[in-house]
This record gives sequence, structure tokens and C-alpha cells, in this order.
Amino acid sequence: MNVHATPKLTASETALVEVFSTRLSDLPGNEAVTLRRDTALEAIKRGLPTRKVEHWHYTDLRRLIGTVPAFDRTAKPEALPVLIGDSHRLTVSNGRAEKAENPDGVTIHRLKELFAKGELADQLIAGVDDSVGAINAAFVSDGFAISVADGVEVQNPIELQNLHAGGQAHSRFTITVGAGAKVTFLERQAGAGAALVSSIDKVVVGEGADVRFIILQEQSEDTTHLGKFEAEVGKNSNLSLFVMNVGGRLVRQEVHVAMPGEAAHFELRSVNLLANATHNDLTMVLDHSGYGTTSTELVRNIVTGKAQGVFQGQIRVAREAQKTDAKMACNSLVLSDEAEFSVKPELEIFADDVACGHGATVAEIDHAHLFYLMARGVPEKEARGLLVKAFLAEVIEELEDEALVTALEVRLENWFDEHG
Amino acid sequence: MLEIKNLHARIADDGTEIIRGLDLTVKAGEVAAIMGPNGSGKSTLSYILAGREDYEVTEGDILYNGESILELDPAERAARGIFLAFQYPMEIPGVATMEFLKVAMNSLRKARGEDPLKIPEFMKLVKNAAGSLEMNPDMLKRPLNVGFSGGEKKRAEILQMKLLEPKLCVLDETDSGLDIDALKIVADGVNALRSPDRAFVVITHYQRLLEHIVPDTVHVLSQGRVVKSGDKSLALELETHGYAGLIGEAA
Ligand SMILES: Nc1ncnc2c1ncn2[C@@H]1O[C@H](COP(=O)(O)OP(=O)(O)O)[C@@H](O)[C@H]1O
Ligand SMILES: [Mg+2]
Repeated sequence: MNVHATPKLTASETALVEVFSTRLSDLPGNEAVTLRRDTALEAIKRGLPTRKVEHWHYTDLRRLIGTVPAFDRTAKPEALPVLIGDSHRLTVSNGRAEKAENPDGVTIHRLKELFAKGELADQLIAGVDDSVGAINAAFVSDGFAISVADGVEVQNPIELQNLHAGGQAHSRFTITVGAGAKVTFLERQAGAGAALVSSIDKVVVGEGADVRFIILQEQSEDTTHLGKFEAEVGKNSNLSLFVMNVGGRLVRQEVHVAMPGEAAHFELRSVNLLANATHNDLTMVLDHSGYGTTSTELVRNIVTGKAQGVFQGQIRVAREAQKTDAKMACNSLVLSDEAEFSVKPELEIFADDVACGHGATVAEIDHAHLFYLMARGVPEKEARGLLVKAFLAEVIEELEDEALVTALEVRLENWFDEHG
Repeated sequence: MLEIKNLHARIADDGTEIIRGLDLTVKAGEVAAIMGPNGSGKSTLSYILAGREDYEVTEGDILYNGESILELDPAERAARGIFLAFQYPMEIPGVATMEFLKVAMNSLRKARGEDPLKIPEFMKLVKNAAGSLEMNPDMLKRPLNVGFSGGEKKRAEILQMKLLEPKLCVLDETDSGLDIDALKIVADGVNALRSPDRAFVVITHYQRLLEHIVPDTVHVLSQGRVVKSGDKSLALELETHGYAGLIGEAA
């Protein structure tokens, strides 16, 4: 435990405490849930983490969080059409989950109703220095609990939308995927106006299941986005997570994955497009605790303006997890003098028969390549665009789904037009 | 068409002078061969014509159709019709060859105020050009030049030249890495493009290529200058006497 001296609260911490006192009566939950909220608030009152806290070393949350906006009861986010054709849409709008149907083999509940009955209260326990968890536990107003039955192949993707129109939005998605089931989730984090958003996914992947999860974060330029993806991957199952960050002022996306089951496989792919004064932190903690578990992590970043990017990738291999195979790479393309990307890979290996590796590169656009393209008549900006796209092509094309690839490419193109 | 006057140029990074007072005039319709020993500055000259930033022109000028091009970037030069077939074409992972060809062709069309090509039209142009160079169409599905053999890269350069229809074509050692059959195919490709309004600067180390692309003029480069000019018989003379004899005589 970290022992914090009782600090003088910053303006943003004070604002969080005040918002809590006005919001509490509206927040769903029985006594057990409220107790969890109170506990989480106590953690916030002890002060948000600074760079002295190891996990927050590159993201001084206390300093960076900035102004905390009040909750705006009247905010009406614009509805968002689904990204991929026939997706099943589940929307949380300004912190309220909209009524939803159950696709075949899938059961969906609104969290608000579960909290009222005291269910899932134990999910609202934040860890040590777990500010994303604490802020969400204190303020979470709604979300969905989704359960995919054993053996079900869900035909169309399930699109999870967390939308705001300024103010605050705190939601959760609690997901259980049954043994042998197969499903794709696409999570969209978006909104207009200055906001504080927290969103947590808690995913349990059953034995032999196959889960694809895509998080597309495209918050407005004045939004603080605090995300956490937690998963437990069962025996012989497969989880692939794709995270694209292309927005937000301050973004912290945590990924915590545990692989206790034998021969489970996890993949992380991430594309981070950072411009202006964005601070974007992707922090992964991956536990290989089962025998013969495998993982690959590939993070590609483009940074420009005064943007600051962070990738912390921690891979822990337990003594029992022999034959673990884990490969992690983080490559950044830096387009401006003032932009920066910090990488902190960490391997903690307690087993002796493993293959683990990591690599990180930071580069600028290759001038020889740029010359070649320009010598064929491609104007400089367009030529740079081709090279930027080329840098990300491998990661994006791996997604295979044509509609999804196109949607992400459009975002890349728009981002590059504006910031490249 | 091309007038290079007393050109001096150095490596931008370290200031080493490579081109030292080079003069060369090439008329429209002409094929000018540039020969010279390794390290004489042939590739450097080609890069400077194309506008590579690694070199700095310190004196003299390059006129193209009467206007200086020194202030133009490579894309602007390409838009005006200057093309360089690289001695060592670069491999660019992640850039699909077809996508690149389309962007390049449409960039030039845009610069000329023309509409972008329709996809079927574009596909047809590429297919025909690749066919005439006996290129395996599968190559075009790969990223640009990635995994191409030396000879395939050279063919791909000529393919681009055919598609982009430049007015001043600079070929830097296009013959190196080609076997005799490939050399013939490439030379035929070049010859097919010869026309009264198009000029070629053919850089080569050996006389071999010039048997297939017969030059109007031959210029010998040594230490960054043209030390001797003549007609195609000069190339034969070089073949018998070697550079040493000839450069010694000129110096
Ligand atoms: N970018 C560069 N950096 C360092 N040296 C260079 C560079 N470009 C050319 N040179 C040097 O300039 C000379 C001429 O090179 P180059 O033009 O490639 O000759 P050629 O093509 O006639 O063989 C050589 O000595 C070469 O090493
Ligand atoms: Mg050369």
C-alpha cells in the first residue's frame, strides 16, 4: 500500500468530490454498491497519482487531468450509426444505457438495473493506484452486462457505444463469453465538447472461445478519456484486442490481461495517432500464468505537433507458465520536433523455458523514400501520407474485415489531412 | 531542352564537392549518353536533375526548356516532365505498387489539369505496359520494389517511365543487373518512347547498352565534369582504350 499524507486537494480533485456529492443520489445501486462508491471516493480524496507513482510515471494524472467539468444532465449526444454493416448496437448515451434487444444466444442487461439489485458490486473495487478504476467505480451510472452462451457464434459484431455531449460520462461493459463461443465487439468512445469520460470493460473469455475486441477512441480534442480493458482468457481460447486512439486531450487506456488457462492466445494491436497537445498513454499488463500461453503485441504510433505518447508494456511470466511465447514491439514515427513517444517495456520472467522478446523503434519519415515518391510526381504532403499509411498498413490490414479496415483508413486519412 | 551550365554541387551534409563545373546541353529528341568511371559523379548528376535535397548546388544553373529548375522540388520537376530511372530503386514496404502507380499517374494528371484516371482505364494502361516489358503481373501485387530482383526493379522503373510519359528521361545504369534478354526488352521499351519532343540522358558504365539504345551524343564524365564529348563513335573508342587513356588525354 502506498501511504499518502493527506494532501491538499487540487482544483480538479475538489471538483470530483463535489460532483460526487451532487451526483450520488442519482447514481444507481443498493447499499453494497454505494459502499463501493464511497470507498472509491476515499481513494480519490487521497490524491490522484503523480509521476512519483511508478505506473503513472509518464502520465502525471494529477497535473494533466485539468479542469473537471460538471455532469450535464441535459446533454444529448448525437446518435451514431454503426460502423460495420449489420452490427448489433448497444448505446450508452450521456451515461444512460438505452434499451436493447438480445441477439440470438446473447443475454443483455442494463447495469443500472443490476446495480440497483446489488449485483456486480464487487466489480467496483479499485486496485492500488488504480485511478481509472476508482473514478469509474465512484461515478459509473450505467452500461451493459453481456453474456454470450456456450458454443454460440454471434453472427454480427456487437457495437458498444459510449457517447457524450460534454460533461461527464462513466460507463462499464461487463462481458462473459461462454466456452467455444465466437464474437466480435467494437467499442466506440466518442462525443462532442469538453468531457471527463471513464469506461471499463471486464471480459471473461471461456474455454476455447474466440473473441475479437476493437476499441476505437475518437474523443473530441478537449476530452479526458480514462479507459480500462480487463480480461481473463481461458484455456485454448483466443482474444485479440485492437485499440485505435485518434482523439482526446488526455488519454489513458489500460489493458490488463490474465492468461491462467493452458494454451490461451492473446493479441494486442494498437494504432495511436497523436497530434497537437494530446497526451496519450497505453499501459498494458499481461500475465502469462498458464502453461504454453502465447501472445503478440504490436503498437504503432504516429506523433506530431507537441503530442506526448506513452506505451508501457509489462509482460509477467509465472513459474508455472513454461513454454510461454510472447513478442512485443512498439514502433513510432515522429513527424515533428516537439512530439515525443516514450516506451517502457518490462519483462518479468519466472519460468525458465520461454521465448519472450520486445523491441522498440522511433524513426522519422525516410527521406530517401520520400524522394523516390516525389520524383514520380507525388506532391510532398501526399507522399508523406503514403509513407505514414504504409507504416500502419500491416497493423490495420490485419483486421481483414473490409468495412472496418476502410473505416479506420478513413480516420487515418482525415487525421493526416488535418495534422500531417 | 536541357542546359546545364557550369554546375557545381556538393553533399549538403559534409560539403564535399562532387560536381565541379559541369556543362551539358541536350536537345529535344536527342539521346545523350553519359559515360564515366565509377565515382565520377554520374548518379549524383542524376539526383541533382531530379531534385534530391542531399545535394546543394553552389554555382551554375540547370535550365529545362529555358527555365531554371533549381528552386523546384522533385514532385514539381516530375510534373514538368523530368523522370529519373534510379540506379538503385528503393524498396518501400507498405506502399502497394498499384496504389503507388495510380497516385503517381493521377498526381501528374492533376498537375496538367486533367481528371484522374478511371480505375478500368488505369488497369488497362498498367496491364499493357507491363505486358510489353514481359513483367510478371504478380509483381505488381507486392509492395513497391519489395523483394524484386535487381532486374525486376529495373523493369519496374521502365514501367513507371512508360506510364508517366515524361519529356526528359534520365536513366541511371539501367543496364546493370540485366541479362542480355532483359536488356533487349528494356532497350526496346526505351526506343519505343523515342520521339522528337522527348530527350534521354542515358547514364552507363559500359558500351553494351548503347548497342541497343543508340545515342546521338556521348559525353565522358570525370571528377564531376564533362571532359570529352562526341558522337557514338566515342563510346567505341572508350571500349577499346578504356577510361584511363581517354581521361588522361583530356586532362
Ligand atoms: N550522399 C553521398 N554521401 C557521401 N558520398 C557521396 C554521396 N553521393 C555521392 N558521393 C560520392 O561522390 C562520388 C560520386 O558518386 P556517384 O555520383 O554515385 O558516382 P557514379 O554514379 O559515377 O559512380 C563518389 O565518390 C561517392 O562516394
Ligand atoms: Mg552511379
